Amino acid sequence: MSDDHDRFDNFSRRTLMKGGAAGAAMLPMGARAQSMSAGGASATGPSVQRIEVSLDINGQRRDLTIDTRSTLLDVLRHELELTGSKKGCDHGQCGACTVHVDGQRTLSCLTLAAQAEGTKVVTIEGLSDEDNLHPMQRAFVENDAFQCGYCTPGQIMSGVACITEGHAGSDAEIREYMSGNLCRCAAYPNIVAAVKQARTEMGG
Amino acid sequence: MRPFYYERAETAVGAVASSGPGTHYLAGGTTMVDLMKLDVQRPTRLVDISGLEGGRYDFIRWDGDALRIGALTTMAKLADDEQVRRRAPVLSDALWLAASPQIRNMARISGNVLQRTRCPYFRDTSYAQCNKRVPGSGCAALDGGVTRHHAVLGTSDQCIATYPGDFAQALIALDAVVEILSPDGPRSVRFADMHVLPGGKPDRETMLKEGDLIVAFSIEDAAFPRSKYLKVRDRESYAYALASAATALRMEGDTVADVRLGLGGVATVPWRAKEAEASLRGGPLDESALERAAQIAFAGATTTEENAFKVDLGKRTMVRALLETARMEG
Repeated sequence: MSDDHDRFDNFSRRTLMKGGAAGAAMLPMGARAQSMSAGGASATGPSVQRIEVSLDINGQRRDLTIDTRSTLLDVLRHELELTGSKKGCDHGQCGACTVHVDGQRTLSCLTLAAQAEGTKVVTIEGLSDEDNLHPMQRAFVENDAFQCGYCTPGQIMSGVACITEGHAGSDAEIREYMSGNLCRCAAYPNIVAAVKQARTEMGG
Repeated sequence: MRPFYYERAETAVGAVASSGPGTHYLAGGTTMVDLMKLDVQRPTRLVDISGLEGGRYDFIRWDGDALRIGALTTMAKLADDEQVRRRAPVLSDALWLAASPQIRNMARISGNVLQRTRCPYFRDTSYAQCNKRVPGSGCAALDGGVTRHHAVLGTSDQCIATYPGDFAQALIALDAVVEILSPDGPRSVRFADMHVLPGGKPDRETMLKEGDLIVAFSIEDAAFPRSKYLKVRDRESYAYALASAATALRMEGDTVADVRLGLGGVATVPWRAKEAEASLRGGPLDESALERAAQIAFAGATTTEENAFKVDLGKRTMVRALLETARMEG
Protein backbone atom coordinates (compact mmCIF):
# COMPACT_ATOMS: atom_id res chain seq x y z
CA MET A 1 0.00 0.00 0.00
CA SER A 2 1.35 3.43 -0.87
CA ASP A 3 1.84 6.33 1.49
CA ASP A 4 -1.00 8.00 -0.31
CA HIS A 5 -3.28 5.14 0.53
CA ASP A 6 -2.35 5.19 4.19
CA ARG A 7 -2.94 8.87 4.32
CA PHE A 8 -6.35 8.39 2.77
CA ASP A 9 -7.31 5.76 5.32
CA ASN A 10 -6.19 7.84 8.26
CA PHE A 11 -7.81 10.83 6.80
CA SER A 12 -11.18 9.20 6.20
CA ARG A 13 -11.35 7.93 9.76
CA ARG A 14 -10.45 11.29 11.16
CA THR A 15 -13.03 12.97 8.98
CA LEU A 16 -15.68 10.59 10.16
CA MET A 17 -14.85 11.11 13.80
CA LYS A 18 -15.12 14.83 13.43
CA GLY A 19 -18.22 14.22 11.40
CA GLY A 20 -20.41 16.38 9.25
CA ALA A 21 -19.47 19.70 7.74
CA ALA A 22 -16.41 20.23 9.90
CA GLY A 23 -14.87 17.03 8.58
CA ALA A 24 -15.76 17.77 4.99
CA ALA A 25 -14.31 21.23 5.27
CA MET A 26 -10.97 19.69 6.12
CA LEU A 27 -10.73 17.60 2.96
CA PRO A 28 -7.28 17.95 1.45
CA MET A 29 -6.83 18.36 -2.28
CA GLY A 30 -4.46 15.40 -2.59
CA ALA A 31 -4.42 12.63 -5.13
CA ARG A 32 -6.68 10.51 -2.97
CA ALA A 33 -9.43 12.93 -2.17
CA GLN A 34 -10.34 14.94 -5.18
CA SER A 35 -12.23 18.17 -4.97
CA MET A 36 -15.18 17.30 -7.15
CA SER A 37 -18.40 18.25 -5.46
CA ALA A 38 -20.79 15.66 -4.08
CA GLY A 39 -23.23 16.42 -6.86
CA GLY A 40 -24.18 19.58 -5.08
CA ALA A 41 -26.81 17.65 -3.18
CA SER A 42 -25.26 17.26 0.21
CA ALA A 43 -23.44 19.94 2.09
CA THR A 44 -21.93 17.41 4.46
CA GLY A 45 -21.14 14.48 2.17
CA PRO A 46 -17.61 13.58 1.13
CA SER A 47 -16.16 14.43 -2.26
CA VAL A 48 -15.29 11.71 -4.75
CA GLN A 49 -13.11 9.06 -3.16
CA ARG A 50 -10.66 7.01 -5.16
CA ILE A 51 -9.10 3.84 -3.79
CA GLU A 52 -6.64 1.25 -5.00
CA VAL A 53 -7.92 -2.26 -5.47
CA SER A 54 -6.36 -5.46 -6.67
CA LEU A 55 -8.85 -7.77 -8.37
CA ASP A 56 -8.54 -11.34 -9.59
CA ILE A 57 -10.48 -11.46 -12.85
CA ASN A 58 -10.45 -14.67 -14.90
CA GLY A 59 -7.24 -15.70 -13.18
CA GLN A 60 -5.43 -12.45 -13.88
CA ARG A 61 -4.45 -9.91 -11.29
CA ARG A 62 -5.69 -6.44 -12.16
CA ASP A 63 -4.52 -3.45 -10.12
CA LEU A 64 -6.72 -0.42 -10.45
CA THR A 65 -7.50 2.91 -8.89
CA ILE A 66 -11.25 3.30 -8.77
CA ASP A 67 -13.98 5.59 -7.50
CA THR A 68 -15.52 3.92 -4.42
CA ARG A 69 -18.87 4.10 -6.22
CA SER A 70 -17.74 1.81 -9.04
CA THR A 71 -19.64 -1.41 -9.33
CA LEU A 72 -17.87 -4.58 -10.36
CA LEU A 73 -19.90 -4.48 -13.59
CA ASP A 74 -18.71 -0.99 -14.50
CA VAL A 75 -15.10 -1.88 -13.74
CA LEU A 76 -15.32 -5.01 -15.89
CA ARG A 77 -16.86 -3.18 -18.83
CA HIS A 78 -15.25 0.25 -18.66
CA GLU A 79 -11.86 -0.28 -17.05
CA LEU A 80 -11.01 -3.80 -18.17
CA GLU A 81 -12.91 -3.85 -21.48
CA LEU A 82 -14.55 -7.13 -20.57
CA THR A 83 -17.86 -6.25 -22.17
CA GLY A 84 -19.37 -9.73 -22.14
CA SER A 85 -21.18 -9.04 -18.88
CA LYS A 86 -24.12 -6.84 -19.77
CA LYS A 87 -25.87 -3.96 -18.07
CA GLY A 88 -29.60 -4.50 -18.34
CA CYS A 89 -31.51 -2.95 -15.47
CA ASP A 90 -28.50 -2.02 -13.26
CA HIS A 91 -30.71 -2.81 -10.21
CA GLY A 92 -30.38 -6.56 -9.75
CA GLN A 93 -33.65 -7.39 -11.43
CA CYS A 94 -32.62 -8.86 -14.79
CA GLY A 95 -29.49 -10.99 -14.27
CA ALA A 96 -27.70 -9.83 -17.45
CA CYS A 97 -24.65 -8.86 -15.35
CA THR A 98 -24.27 -12.29 -13.68
CA VAL A 99 -20.67 -13.36 -12.99
CA HIS A 100 -19.14 -15.91 -10.64
CA VAL A 101 -17.52 -14.63 -7.45
CA ASP A 102 -15.66 -17.41 -5.64
CA GLY A 103 -17.75 -19.83 -7.67
CA GLN A 104 -21.09 -18.30 -6.68
CA ARG A 105 -23.29 -16.62 -9.25
CA THR A 106 -23.43 -12.97 -8.32
CA LEU A 107 -24.94 -9.77 -9.68
CA SER A 108 -21.99 -7.59 -10.66
CA CYS A 109 -24.25 -4.52 -10.89
CA LEU A 110 -25.00 -4.64 -7.15
CA THR A 111 -21.45 -5.56 -6.12
CA LEU A 112 -19.13 -2.69 -5.33
CA ALA A 113 -15.81 -3.34 -7.05
CA ALA A 114 -14.08 -2.63 -3.75
CA GLN A 115 -15.92 -5.59 -2.22
CA ALA A 116 -14.58 -7.92 -4.90
CA GLU A 117 -11.00 -7.52 -3.67
CA GLY A 118 -9.78 -10.81 -2.27
CA THR A 119 -12.23 -12.86 -4.33
CA LYS A 120 -11.87 -14.76 -7.60
CA VAL A 121 -14.13 -13.33 -10.29
CA VAL A 122 -14.97 -15.31 -13.43
CA THR A 123 -16.82 -13.63 -16.28
CA ILE A 124 -18.22 -15.08 -19.50
CA GLU A 125 -14.82 -14.32 -21.09
CA GLY A 126 -13.11 -16.63 -18.60
CA LEU A 127 -15.56 -19.51 -18.73
CA SER A 128 -13.78 -21.52 -21.39
CA ASP A 129 -10.30 -21.78 -22.81
CA GLU A 130 -9.55 -20.06 -26.08
CA ASP A 131 -10.12 -23.01 -28.36
CA ASN A 132 -13.15 -24.73 -26.91
CA LEU A 133 -16.57 -23.51 -25.93
CA HIS A 134 -17.80 -24.44 -22.46
CA PRO A 135 -20.48 -27.18 -22.64
CA MET A 136 -23.07 -24.59 -21.59
CA GLN A 137 -22.05 -22.23 -24.40
CA ARG A 138 -22.23 -25.07 -26.91
CA ALA A 139 -25.64 -26.12 -25.55
CA PHE A 140 -26.97 -22.58 -25.99
CA VAL A 141 -25.81 -22.59 -29.62
CA GLU A 142 -27.16 -26.05 -30.36
CA ASN A 143 -30.52 -25.39 -28.70
CA ASP A 144 -31.01 -21.93 -30.21
CA ALA A 145 -31.37 -20.63 -26.66
CA PHE A 146 -31.33 -16.94 -27.57
CA GLN A 147 -32.55 -14.45 -30.09
CA CYS A 148 -31.01 -11.02 -29.56
CA GLY A 149 -28.33 -12.44 -27.26
CA TYR A 150 -28.16 -9.56 -24.80
CA CYS A 151 -29.12 -11.64 -21.76
CA THR A 152 -27.11 -14.67 -22.94
CA PRO A 153 -23.82 -14.15 -21.06
CA GLY A 154 -25.78 -13.82 -17.82
CA GLN A 155 -27.97 -16.80 -18.69
CA ILE A 156 -24.90 -18.94 -19.39
CA MET A 157 -23.12 -17.95 -16.17
CA SER A 158 -26.33 -18.59 -14.26
CA GLY A 159 -26.94 -21.89 -16.05
CA VAL A 160 -23.49 -23.20 -15.12
CA ALA A 161 -24.11 -22.27 -11.47
CA CYS A 162 -27.59 -23.78 -11.55
CA ILE A 163 -25.99 -27.14 -12.36
CA THR A 164 -23.04 -26.90 -9.95
CA GLU A 165 -25.44 -25.91 -7.15
CA GLY A 166 -27.45 -29.06 -7.84
CA HIS A 167 -30.62 -27.19 -8.77
CA ALA A 168 -31.08 -28.51 -12.31
CA GLY A 169 -32.88 -31.73 -11.42
CA SER A 170 -36.04 -31.19 -13.43
CA ASP A 171 -37.50 -28.71 -15.91
CA ALA A 172 -39.49 -27.10 -13.09
CA GLU A 173 -36.41 -26.80 -10.91
CA ILE A 174 -34.37 -25.31 -13.76
CA ARG A 175 -37.10 -22.73 -14.39
CA GLU A 176 -37.26 -21.83 -10.69
CA TYR A 177 -33.48 -21.59 -10.30
CA MET A 178 -33.03 -19.64 -13.54
CA SER A 179 -35.73 -17.11 -12.61
CA GLY A 180 -33.19 -14.42 -11.81
CA ASN A 181 -32.31 -14.15 -15.50
CA LEU A 182 -34.90 -12.45 -17.66
CA CYS A 183 -35.06 -12.88 -21.44
CA ARG A 184 -37.17 -10.31 -23.22
CA CYS A 185 -37.10 -12.44 -26.39
CA ALA A 186 -38.69 -15.20 -24.26
CA ALA A 187 -36.31 -17.95 -25.36
CA TYR A 188 -37.11 -19.71 -22.08
CA PRO A 189 -38.07 -23.18 -23.40
CA ASN A 190 -34.79 -23.37 -25.32
CA ILE A 191 -32.81 -22.07 -22.35
CA VAL A 192 -34.24 -24.87 -20.22
CA ALA A 193 -33.33 -27.37 -22.96
CA ALA A 194 -29.79 -25.98 -23.12
CA VAL A 195 -29.29 -26.22 -19.35
CA LYS A 196 -30.55 -29.81 -19.45
CA GLN A 197 -28.17 -30.76 -22.25
CA ALA A 198 -25.22 -29.11 -20.51
CA ARG A 199 -26.16 -30.83 -17.25
CA THR A 200 -25.63 -34.19 -18.89
CA GLU A 201 -22.28 -33.12 -20.32
CA MET A 202 -21.14 -31.48 -17.08
CA GLY A 203 -22.16 -34.57 -15.15
CA GLY A 204 -24.52 -32.57 -12.90
CA MET B 1 -24.68 7.81 -6.79
CA ARG B 2 -23.23 10.19 -4.24
CA PRO B 3 -19.60 9.82 -3.16
CA PHE B 4 -18.83 7.93 0.03
CA TYR B 5 -15.93 6.58 2.00
CA TYR B 6 -15.48 2.82 1.85
CA GLU B 7 -13.82 0.88 4.60
CA ARG B 8 -13.51 -2.79 5.44
CA ALA B 9 -14.07 -3.81 9.03
CA GLU B 10 -11.99 -6.74 10.23
CA THR B 11 -13.87 -7.39 13.47
CA ALA B 12 -17.40 -6.85 14.74
CA VAL B 13 -16.09 -4.76 17.61
CA GLY B 14 -14.09 -2.67 15.15
CA ALA B 15 -17.14 -2.17 12.93
CA VAL B 16 -19.27 -0.99 15.84
CA ALA B 17 -16.51 1.24 17.17
CA SER B 18 -16.21 2.98 13.81
CA SER B 19 -19.93 3.74 13.52
CA GLY B 20 -21.17 7.28 13.40
CA PRO B 21 -23.62 9.64 11.70
CA GLY B 22 -24.01 8.88 8.00
CA THR B 23 -22.24 5.53 8.32
CA HIS B 24 -23.98 2.35 7.22
CA TYR B 25 -22.91 -1.26 7.31
CA LEU B 26 -22.57 -3.00 3.97
CA ALA B 27 -22.85 -6.77 3.62
CA GLY B 28 -24.41 -8.31 0.50
CA GLY B 29 -25.28 -4.86 -0.80
CA THR B 30 -28.40 -5.99 -2.63
CA THR B 31 -30.59 -3.39 -0.91
CA MET B 32 -28.00 -0.76 -0.10
CA VAL B 33 -26.32 -0.43 -3.52
CA ASP B 34 -29.72 -0.52 -5.27
CA LEU B 35 -31.11 2.27 -3.08
CA MET B 36 -27.90 4.31 -3.35
CA LYS B 37 -28.23 4.24 -7.13
CA LEU B 38 -31.79 5.48 -6.71
CA ASP B 39 -30.55 8.21 -4.33
CA VAL B 40 -32.91 6.92 -1.64
CA GLN B 41 -30.06 5.88 0.66
CA ARG B 42 -27.32 8.48 1.02
CA PRO B 43 -24.60 7.12 3.28
CA THR B 44 -21.43 9.19 3.56
CA ARG B 45 -19.47 6.13 4.62
CA LEU B 46 -19.89 2.40 4.15
CA VAL B 47 -18.31 -0.06 6.53
CA ASP B 48 -18.02 -3.39 4.75
CA ILE B 49 -18.84 -6.15 7.23
CA SER B 50 -19.18 -8.97 4.70
CA GLY B 51 -15.90 -10.63 5.67
CA LEU B 52 -15.80 -10.07 9.41
CA GLU B 53 -13.34 -12.26 11.28
CA GLY B 54 -12.93 -14.88 8.58
CA GLY B 55 -16.55 -15.98 8.52
CA ARG B 56 -17.12 -16.02 12.28
CA TYR B 57 -20.68 -14.74 11.76
CA ASP B 58 -21.49 -17.20 9.00
CA PHE B 59 -22.82 -20.32 10.73
CA ILE B 60 -25.87 -22.51 11.30
CA ARG B 61 -25.72 -24.30 14.65
CA TRP B 62 -28.19 -26.64 16.36
CA ASP B 63 -28.01 -27.39 20.06
CA GLY B 64 -30.82 -29.83 20.71
CA ASP B 65 -33.93 -28.05 19.44
CA ALA B 66 -32.32 -24.62 19.70
CA LEU B 67 -31.04 -23.03 16.52
CA ARG B 68 -28.56 -20.19 16.21
CA ILE B 69 -27.76 -18.59 12.86
CA GLY B 70 -24.94 -16.16 12.19
CA ALA B 71 -26.02 -12.77 10.86
CA LEU B 72 -23.73 -12.97 7.83
CA THR B 73 -24.99 -16.34 6.64
CA THR B 74 -26.21 -16.02 3.06
CA MET B 75 -29.85 -16.62 2.22
CA ALA B 76 -28.76 -19.42 -0.14
CA LYS B 77 -26.73 -21.26 2.46
CA LEU B 78 -29.54 -21.28 5.00
CA ALA B 79 -32.17 -22.16 2.37
CA ASP B 80 -30.16 -25.19 1.26
CA ASP B 81 -29.17 -26.42 4.72
CA GLU B 82 -30.27 -30.03 4.97
CA GLN B 83 -31.00 -30.02 8.68
CA VAL B 84 -32.95 -26.76 8.53
CA ARG B 85 -35.02 -28.08 5.61
CA ARG B 86 -35.90 -31.15 7.63
CA ARG B 87 -36.37 -29.70 11.11
CA ALA B 88 -37.70 -26.19 10.39
CA PRO B 89 -38.82 -26.11 6.74
CA VAL B 90 -40.58 -22.77 7.21
CA LEU B 91 -37.16 -21.09 7.48
CA SER B 92 -35.86 -22.72 4.32
CA ASP B 93 -39.10 -22.17 2.34
CA ALA B 94 -39.25 -18.48 3.20
CA LEU B 95 -35.75 -18.07 1.80
CA TRP B 96 -35.81 -20.09 -1.41
CA LEU B 97 -39.16 -18.58 -2.36
CA ALA B 98 -37.60 -15.11 -2.04
CA ALA B 99 -35.54 -13.09 -4.51
CA SER B 100 -33.39 -14.83 -7.16
CA PRO B 101 -30.55 -17.35 -6.84
CA GLN B 102 -27.98 -14.60 -7.45
CA ILE B 103 -29.47 -12.35 -4.78
CA ARG B 104 -29.71 -15.25 -2.34
CA ASN B 105 -25.98 -15.90 -2.88
CA MET B 106 -25.18 -12.30 -2.03
CA ALA B 107 -27.68 -11.21 0.60
CA ARG B 108 -26.99 -12.00 4.24
CA ILE B 109 -29.87 -12.82 6.54
CA SER B 110 -29.32 -9.78 8.76
CA GLY B 111 -29.59 -7.44 5.79
CA ASN B 112 -32.50 -9.45 4.47
CA VAL B 113 -34.67 -8.70 7.49
CA LEU B 114 -33.74 -5.01 7.21
CA GLN B 115 -34.61 -4.66 3.53
CA ARG B 116 -36.64 -1.58 2.70
CA THR B 117 -40.14 -1.42 1.31
CA ARG B 118 -40.80 -1.72 -2.42
CA CYS B 119 -43.38 1.08 -2.28
CA PRO B 120 -42.80 2.87 -5.62
CA TYR B 121 -43.21 6.28 -3.99
CA PHE B 122 -40.45 5.47 -1.52
CA ARG B 123 -38.11 4.19 -4.25
CA ASP B 124 -38.68 7.00 -6.73
CA THR B 125 -37.31 10.32 -5.52
CA SER B 126 -39.18 12.23 -8.23
CA TYR B 127 -42.19 11.91 -5.92
CA ALA B 128 -41.91 14.70 -3.37
CA GLN B 129 -44.31 13.01 -0.98
CA CYS B 130 -43.03 10.13 1.09
CA ASN B 131 -43.13 10.28 4.88
CA LYS B 132 -40.71 7.37 5.06
CA ARG B 133 -38.09 9.01 2.85
CA VAL B 134 -38.70 12.65 3.74
CA PRO B 135 -40.45 12.92 7.13
CA GLY B 136 -43.49 15.17 7.05
CA SER B 137 -43.68 15.34 3.25
CA GLY B 138 -46.94 13.41 2.95
CA CYS B 139 -47.80 10.10 1.34
CA ALA B 140 -48.15 9.84 -2.43
CA ALA B 141 -49.72 6.40 -2.05
CA LEU B 142 -52.55 7.65 0.17
CA ASP B 143 -52.85 10.80 -1.91
CA GLY B 144 -54.32 9.12 -4.98
CA GLY B 145 -51.45 6.72 -5.71
CA VAL B 146 -51.51 3.18 -7.08
CA THR B 147 -51.92 1.02 -3.98
CA ARG B 148 -52.50 -2.53 -5.21
CA HIS B 149 -49.37 -3.80 -3.43
CA HIS B 150 -49.76 -1.79 -0.25
CA ALA B 151 -50.42 -3.02 3.26
CA VAL B 152 -53.79 -3.55 4.93
CA LEU B 153 -52.52 -4.35 8.45
CA GLY B 154 -50.48 -2.10 10.74
CA THR B 155 -51.00 0.97 8.55
CA SER B 156 -51.27 4.58 9.67
CA ASP B 157 -52.54 7.77 8.08
CA GLN B 158 -48.86 8.55 7.34
CA CYS B 159 -47.77 5.36 5.58
CA ILE B 160 -49.18 2.15 4.11
CA ALA B 161 -45.93 0.78 2.65
CA THR B 162 -45.68 -3.01 2.80
CA TYR B 163 -42.84 -4.77 4.57
CA PRO B 164 -41.48 -6.74 1.60
CA GLY B 165 -39.55 -9.63 3.13
CA ASP B 166 -40.41 -13.29 3.57
CA PHE B 167 -37.82 -14.64 6.01
CA ALA B 168 -38.95 -12.21 8.71
CA GLN B 169 -42.35 -13.89 8.81
CA ALA B 170 -40.70 -17.22 9.57
CA LEU B 171 -38.49 -15.66 12.26
CA ILE B 172 -41.40 -13.93 13.96
CA ALA B 173 -43.48 -17.12 13.87
CA LEU B 174 -40.71 -19.09 15.60
CA ASP B 175 -40.14 -16.46 18.33
CA ALA B 176 -36.63 -15.63 17.15
CA VAL B 177 -34.34 -13.42 19.18
CA VAL B 178 -31.93 -10.93 17.62
CA GLU B 179 -28.44 -10.74 19.08
CA ILE B 180 -26.98 -7.28 18.68
CA LEU B 181 -23.56 -5.81 19.28
CA SER B 182 -24.01 -2.15 20.09
CA PRO B 183 -21.56 0.60 21.03
CA ASP B 184 -22.57 -0.04 24.67
CA GLY B 185 -22.00 -3.78 24.42
CA PRO B 186 -24.05 -6.82 23.47
CA ARG B 187 -27.81 -7.07 23.94
CA SER B 188 -30.72 -9.16 22.70
CA VAL B 189 -34.21 -8.21 21.58
CA ARG B 190 -37.14 -10.29 20.49
CA PHE B 191 -37.39 -10.23 16.70
CA ALA B 192 -41.05 -9.29 17.13
CA ASP B 193 -39.93 -6.07 18.87
CA MET B 194 -37.29 -5.05 16.33
CA HIS B 195 -39.52 -3.56 13.64
CA VAL B 196 -41.82 -0.75 14.70
CA LEU B 197 -45.20 0.24 13.26
CA PRO B 198 -45.14 3.32 11.01
CA GLY B 199 -47.54 5.35 13.19
CA GLY B 200 -46.58 9.00 12.95
CA LYS B 201 -42.91 8.22 12.20
CA PRO B 202 -42.72 5.95 9.15
CA ASP B 203 -39.07 6.89 8.62
CA ARG B 204 -38.18 4.94 11.75
CA GLU B 205 -38.52 1.28 10.82
CA THR B 206 -36.72 -0.53 13.63
CA MET B 207 -35.62 0.09 17.18
CA LEU B 208 -31.98 -0.36 16.14
CA LYS B 209 -29.78 2.56 17.13
CA GLU B 210 -26.74 4.05 15.43
CA GLY B 211 -23.92 1.53 15.39
CA ASP B 212 -26.07 -1.48 16.30
CA LEU B 213 -24.79 -4.54 14.48
CA ILE B 214 -26.86 -7.72 14.27
CA VAL B 215 -24.53 -10.65 14.95
CA ALA B 216 -26.93 -13.61 15.16
CA PHE B 217 -30.50 -14.85 15.33
CA SER B 218 -31.42 -17.47 17.87
CA ILE B 219 -34.53 -19.61 18.14
CA GLU B 220 -34.89 -21.46 21.42
CA ASP B 221 -37.38 -24.02 20.12
CA ALA B 222 -36.95 -24.39 16.36
CA ALA B 223 -37.99 -28.01 15.95
CA PHE B 224 -41.06 -27.59 13.77
CA PRO B 225 -40.86 -30.28 11.09
CA ARG B 226 -44.52 -29.48 10.48
CA SER B 227 -44.05 -25.94 9.20
CA LYS B 228 -44.07 -24.15 5.88
CA TYR B 229 -44.11 -20.84 4.03
CA LEU B 230 -46.83 -20.28 1.45
CA LYS B 231 -46.34 -17.33 -0.88
CA VAL B 232 -48.91 -16.01 -3.33
CA ARG B 233 -47.73 -13.57 -5.99
CA ASP B 234 -48.44 -12.23 -9.46
CA ARG B 235 -45.53 -14.19 -10.94
CA GLU B 236 -44.62 -17.73 -9.92
CA SER B 237 -41.01 -16.92 -9.08
CA TYR B 238 -38.81 -13.92 -8.28
CA ALA B 239 -41.64 -11.66 -7.12
CA TYR B 240 -42.74 -10.11 -3.85
CA ALA B 241 -45.68 -11.59 -1.99
CA LEU B 242 -49.20 -10.28 -2.46
CA ALA B 243 -50.01 -12.43 0.55
CA SER B 244 -48.02 -15.06 2.38
CA ALA B 245 -48.18 -17.14 5.52
CA ALA B 246 -45.49 -18.69 7.68
CA THR B 247 -47.06 -21.51 9.63
CA ALA B 248 -45.85 -23.97 12.23
CA LEU B 249 -47.98 -26.59 13.93
CA ARG B 250 -47.84 -29.12 16.70
CA MET B 251 -50.84 -31.43 16.88
CA GLU B 252 -51.96 -33.84 19.57
CA GLY B 253 -54.30 -36.12 17.71
CA ASP B 254 -56.79 -33.75 16.08
CA THR B 255 -56.15 -30.98 18.56
CA VAL B 256 -53.87 -28.03 17.97
CA ALA B 257 -51.22 -28.13 20.68
CA ASP B 258 -49.19 -25.22 19.30
CA VAL B 259 -49.65 -23.03 16.25
CA ARG B 260 -47.57 -20.16 14.89
CA LEU B 261 -48.70 -17.76 12.22
CA GLY B 262 -46.72 -15.03 10.50
CA LEU B 263 -48.33 -13.03 7.70
CA GLY B 264 -46.46 -11.38 4.82
CA GLY B 265 -47.29 -9.12 1.90
CA VAL B 266 -50.20 -7.61 3.80
CA ALA B 267 -48.64 -5.64 6.65
CA THR B 268 -46.30 -2.71 7.23
CA VAL B 269 -44.01 -4.78 9.46
CA PRO B 270 -43.29 -8.51 9.93
CA TRP B 271 -46.66 -9.63 11.27
CA ARG B 272 -47.51 -12.21 13.90
CA ALA B 273 -51.23 -13.14 14.07
CA LYS B 274 -51.19 -13.92 17.80
CA GLU B 275 -54.94 -13.61 18.41
CA ALA B 276 -55.70 -15.90 15.51
CA GLU B 277 -53.21 -18.39 16.94
CA ALA B 278 -54.91 -18.22 20.35
CA SER B 279 -58.31 -18.93 18.78
CA LEU B 280 -56.93 -22.13 17.23
CA ARG B 281 -54.93 -23.45 20.17
CA GLY B 282 -56.60 -26.33 22.00
CA GLY B 283 -59.19 -26.96 19.29
CA PRO B 284 -59.52 -28.83 16.03
CA LEU B 285 -58.27 -27.46 12.70
CA ASP B 286 -61.67 -27.62 11.05
CA GLU B 287 -63.35 -25.30 8.61
CA SER B 288 -65.21 -23.20 11.13
CA ALA B 289 -62.15 -22.80 13.39
CA LEU B 290 -59.99 -21.76 10.44
CA GLU B 291 -62.61 -19.34 9.17
CA ARG B 292 -62.90 -17.78 12.61
CA ALA B 293 -59.12 -17.49 12.92
CA ALA B 294 -58.90 -15.81 9.51
CA GLN B 295 -61.60 -13.32 10.51
CA ILE B 296 -59.68 -12.52 13.68
CA ALA B 297 -56.37 -12.14 11.82
CA PHE B 298 -57.75 -9.57 9.42
CA ALA B 299 -60.30 -7.89 11.73
CA GLY B 300 -58.20 -4.73 11.92
CA ALA B 301 -57.58 -4.41 8.17
CA THR B 302 -57.70 -0.95 6.61
CA THR B 303 -57.98 -1.00 2.84
CA THR B 304 -58.00 1.16 -0.25
CA GLU B 305 -60.11 0.38 -3.27
CA GLU B 306 -57.11 -1.23 -4.98
CA ASN B 307 -55.74 -3.38 -2.16
CA ALA B 308 -59.04 -4.51 -0.60
CA PHE B 309 -58.58 -7.86 -2.36
CA LYS B 310 -55.69 -8.59 0.01
CA VAL B 311 -58.07 -9.23 2.88
CA ASP B 312 -59.73 -12.18 1.17
CA LEU B 313 -56.47 -13.31 -0.41
CA GLY B 314 -54.69 -13.06 2.93
CA LYS B 315 -57.36 -15.10 4.69
CA ARG B 316 -57.35 -17.81 2.02
CA THR B 317 -53.54 -17.92 1.99
CA MET B 318 -53.43 -18.36 5.74
CA VAL B 319 -56.14 -21.06 5.79
CA ARG B 320 -54.52 -22.97 2.92
CA ALA B 321 -51.11 -22.76 4.58
CA LEU B 322 -52.48 -24.13 7.85
CA LEU B 323 -54.29 -26.99 6.10
CA GLU B 324 -51.19 -27.90 4.08
CA THR B 325 -49.06 -27.73 7.21
CA ALA B 326 -51.47 -30.02 9.05
CA ARG B 327 -51.02 -32.61 6.29
CA MET B 328 -47.24 -32.59 6.73
CA GLU B 329 -45.61 -35.29 8.81
CA GLY B 330 -45.01 -34.21 12.36
